[in-house]
Amino acid sequence: MSEELVKLSGVQKAYRRGKQSVPIFETLDMSIEKGAFLAIMGPSGSGKTTLLNLLGGVDRPTGGSITFQGQRVDNLSESRLAAFRAGHVGFIFQFYNLMPMLTAAQNVELPLLLTSQGSKARKERAATALQIVGLSDRAAHKPSELSGGQQQRVAIARAIVSDPELILADEPTGDLDRETANEILSMLQELNANYGKTIVMVTHDAEAARYARKTLHLDKGHFVEKDLVA
Amino acid sequence: MANPMTQIAAVTSMNLRSLPQRFWTSAATVVAVALVTAVLLGFLALANGFQATLSGTGTDDVAIAVREGSSGELNSVLSREQLQLIAEAPGIARGADGQPSVSGELYVVVDGKRRSTGKKGNLPFRGIGPKALETRQNITITAGRMFTPGLAEIVVGKGLVQQFEGFDLGATVHLGKTDWKIVGVFDAGGSAFESELWADIALLQSVYNRGSSVQTVRMKLTSPDALKQVQAYSRKETRLKLDVDSERAFYASQTGGISDLIFYLGWPLAIAMSFGALAGALNTMYASVDSRMREIATLRAIGFGGLPAFCGTMAEALVLAGLGGLVGAVAVYLAFDGLSAATLGGGFTQVVFAIKLSPALVLQGVILALVIGFIGGFFPALRAARAPLLAAFRA
Ligand SMILES: Nc1ncnc2c1ncn2[C@@H]1O[C@H](COP(=O)(O)OP(=O)(O)OP(=O)(O)O)[C@@H](O)[C@H]1O
Ligand SMILES: [Mg+2]
Repeated sequence: MSEELVKLSGVQKAYRRGKQSVPIFETLDMSIEKGAFLAIMGPSGSGKTTLLNLLGGVDRPTGGSITFQGQRVDNLSESRLAAFRAGHVGFIFQFYNLMPMLTAAQNVELPLLLTSQGSKARKERAATALQIVGLSDRAAHKPSELSGGQQQRVAIARAIVSDPELILADEPTGDLDRETANEILSMLQELNANYGKTIVMVTHDAEAARYARKTLHLDKGHFVEKDLVA
Repeated sequence: MANPMTQIAAVTSMNLRSLPQRFWTSAATVVAVALVTAVLLGFLALANGFQATLSGTGTDDVAIAVREGSSGELNSVLSREQLQLIAEAPGIARGADGQPSVSGELYVVVDGKRRSTGKKGNLPFRGIGPKALETRQNITITAGRMFTPGLAEIVVGKGLVQQFEGFDLGATVHLGKTDWKIVGVFDAGGSAFESELWADIALLQSVYNRGSSVQTVRMKLTSPDALKQVQAYSRKETRLKLDVDSERAFYASQTGGISDLIFYLGWPLAIAMSFGALAGALNTMYASVDSRMREIATLRAIGFGGLPAFCGTMAEALVLAGLGGLVGAVAVYLAFDGLSAATLGGGFTQVVFAIKLSPALVLQGVILALVIGFIGGFFPALRAARAPLLAAFRA
């Protein structure tokens, strides 16, 4: 019997474009189990990033409800939503989004500034996270002194450092060569298998999707069965 | 929950450390703010120095009498009889010799050449008698000696020596068809007398064909209140027809208004320029926020609030503006402080005064700079605080 981590019920999302309202999702239902490693594929503009933003509490639905561990998160106040993100979600971006002025260790430490941990505890945790992604020897380096793959590993360390249940990755390997991409994907797989992290990863790359336990295809705001094609 | 100060400190330090990446726009803002501060401080220091000179010149226990209706010392004439009459007025102090401290003085204007520009300026050449120093305070000979009565010798104010050429100690100057020797330099406590040449009145009267007439009478009063007695005496005595006023009031009416002018010109000019600097600061800070938009959005996505982003941007703006203010103040200090300037007094003679920067003025300059920084940072900081989170996900 598996536990449900996130549930989307009848989620609507529309963007305003001037006076017009452009619908992305009309009614989207989705359930993500704890411990899942989900790949989401689909053509450009199908709403993959929008979905990820809704899951992570970065954006709000225009209708329906989103629950996380049974708690509504779609109607939280701005600051509670921020606290929800800080406590439960780790983000991995296509372009790493590291702070250029900070060292790898300082970048990883950032999310811990939102916790009540003291400086010493924060530094230790950050060091542990860097160790997990195999970058202990690059702790003092600035992002500009790291390769793309290394930067993404720092970003992964940052995403896991505060031990969130859910990790959201938008095209985490979109900017990397095949070999580096596979390293990153193996790492995500490991976080899923060994650390029990629930991962939702958006990707255009069918090979990347194979690292996930399950792949969902999004098209024009709906999940479609594509098993025969993939 | 977490300590918000830690977050603010972390984001602010990140912000400040990224300044070198925006070196040129940041430097331009610093320079613009420095210019504004320098202009303001330049004017204020000018006004300040001028004010110091004026208030240093006038006291309340010395009365000055000129012929009724004359606007200054230059166009006043008093006869020897009038001088003797006014000396009998009540309320006049007496010197060690028991005689009233009344100094009749001659006042002519001679040409001088400015050291800095080579341009001509009018210099007051004053003839004084033995009672002159009893009616003045803080006069000290700093080099050489006092002139000897009866000899063609001059002592010269130290401000004048600095500003005009040819009046150095030991030099000979040709004035009124006579050769005069400069035998001493005097300090007058920063007052307007430091812009004058002094010689024996009897000699001056004969060289300039003034007979026994004088132009002004200075009287040391027993107290500031005694002024009224002298004024009443002068009014009653029909042979006198004098305007009598305290020295302070006399010099204020001569030169007052100029320092106001500097003050009322300086601030408006600085404020007008501030708008230019403000536009520059806003531009720089908006550019800074825009260039950090993805970083800011990423922090927000991670769970940071808008306040650290706001504070970081404000801190950046205030640091740039504060730096500009200091650069401006230091520039004014190095370029002008203690430098002498001269302005026209009411009698069309030069008053030499020092440009004086004071801590209070520097504070005003730095406050203006910080106000520019505050406004210039505030609106961009709001943009930073409201950065759309979705910006973190765009390329
Ligand atoms: N902030 C926004 N305002 C208005 N329209 C938006 C906004 N964000 C996305 N859209 C639109 O919503 C649709 C879905 O966008 P989304 O970014 O979710 O697509 P995607 O599947 O991630 O595409 P891609 O593979 O190119 O990243 C697109 O048509 C896009 O133009
Ligand atoms: Mg996308």
